[in-house]
Amino acid sequence: MLESAFFYMFGGLAVLAAMGVVLARNTMHSVMFLIFCFFNASGLFFMLDAEFLGVILILVYVGAVMVLFMFVIMMLEINTAVLREGFTRYLPIGALVAGVLLIEFIAAAHSGIFTDGVRATAEHLGRDVNNTVEIGKILYTKYLLGFEIAALVLLAALVGAIVLTIRSRKDAKYQNISAQVRVRKEDRLRKVRM
Amino acid sequence: MSGLDMAAQAGIWALEILAITVPVALSVAYITYLERRVIGWIQVRKGCNRVGPAGLLQPLADGLKLFLKETTIPARANKFLFVLAPILSLTPALVAYAVVPFGETSLFGLWDEPHVMAVAHLNVGLLYIMAVSSLSIYGVLMAGWASNSKYPIMGAMRSTCQMISYEISMGFALVTVMMLAGSLDLADIVRAQQGGILHWYMIPLFPMLLVYFISGCAEVGRTPFDLTETEELVSGYHVEYSGMWFATFSLAEYAAMIMIALMTSILFLGGWYAPIPALDVIPGTFWLLAKTGFLVFLFIWMRATFPRYRYDQMMRLGWKVFLPWTLAWIAVVGIFIYTPGLDAIINFWMPWR
Repeated sequence: MLESAFFYMFGGLAVLAAMGVVLARNTMHSVMFLIFCFFNASGLFFMLDAEFLGVILILVYVGAVMVLFMFVIMMLEINTAVLREGFTRYLPIGALVAGVLLIEFIAAAHSGIFTDGVRATAEHLGRDVNNTVEIGKILYTKYLLGFEIAALVLLAALVGAIVLTIRSRKDAKYQNISAQVRVRKEDRLRKVRM
Repeated sequence: MSGLDMAAQAGIWALEILAITVPVALSVAYITYLERRVIGWIQVRKGCNRVGPAGLLQPLADGLKLFLKETTIPARANKFLFVLAPILSLTPALVAYAVVPFGETSLFGLWDEPHVMAVAHLNVGLLYIMAVSSLSIYGVLMAGWASNSKYPIMGAMRSTCQMISYEISMGFALVTVMMLAGSLDLADIVRAQQGGILHWYMIPLFPMLLVYFISGCAEVGRTPFDLTETEELVSGYHVEYSGMWFATFSLAEYAAMIMIALMTSILFLGGWYAPIPALDVIPGTFWLLAKTGFLVFLFIWMRATFPRYRYDQMMRLGWKVFLPWTLAWIAVVGIFIYTPGLDAIINFWMPWR
């Protein structure tokens, strides 16, 4: 009973927060709603015994990705009136997509996969099952290739970001910090006999 | 579970939470006192000694003063986020304490097996600490943005860059601890260091201890890195705050500082174990708090000793010194673990293998 109460709390708040992201007029408020939504999603992960995924969701998305997101949004001048200009024009397409998704979700929920069988009756795992270890085992054995490819893609993105932003200007001044630290009194001070 | 059981459980949780937050708030108050006395002592002057015997009531007087001060909100500020920001920075600092194991107790033989003294004994405690402490950035960003003024927003940018930069090297330093302990559970990490000072991770991971402690210093904005308090940069993200809201920011800063000290003692200094196994008759909580107290003193000592870093030097230290250093040490530890012959050396610190 307590578990389903928590499930409805996390799930309901996640949906409300997601609506807030779309409906808030202030973009900063939207970002805050998105962060709140991530928190609730991580709560749902915790309820599924996936504490590793739950914490990683907060660590990566809330702790790193959203910070950079917010950084960019803080710097932007966003005119909400311009953003809302084509609202009526795009409304039918948006409504269509939303309707299709809604029907899909309802169909999936009623298909019987989640209501009976192994998944619906699965008990919670004991404390001795450490899903960090289990994820590590499967990630570094069965899915090693995919994992390595993902790492390479990230590395390429990293190099790409550096290549895009680096510019060497002739007139830029650089500091040689080790030279600065090596300076002794004798290099700077000169005794003048008056 | 009946309703009565649930109410009893909720009551126990509330008491556990109070048993951590109240001492944290009190120690924050008295660390400010200690800080002033110690810095006074280092600089050959008295420090605060007027209010109460030896100035012991000074923190209370300070608290009262801040409480009675008028809290002003700038006219063009975003009021909701302006008020929310101090709370956003205090909450993660306190929530992080939930998984800290303060020791192991069997309650004088009442329980058969010793229990870990933590509000939540989490499987992924170390990750939880990293995740929660990375959230304090939002308080900083929100405070800077909601003030709707240029100096706070520049300060918020500065502090955020600083926190992000040092978080990375901090995380990598913790990876080496995970490699040796083979667990993310803080209690397991402490247990892996059982058996005296030679087993503590500060021996094989000494460079990482330095990186973690200094990065922690930068993370909470303590003195060599306290660019939020510089006059020549017009302070930091909390320029527009006054009274109790300003005090909330410093409360968060000090709570985070104690947290860094606690984590350093848990991860590198053997947690609740005594330096010599024979001394383990003294309760572990005492040892943990003693180590933490020493590290807090070290923070204060550093504040009285080192001049402030220039901003670009600080960035260089984080990205060009600490990051390669930690990455190299991860490789070193990895090579030690998997090379035949060398693993005999490292196995001394990996009793679980």
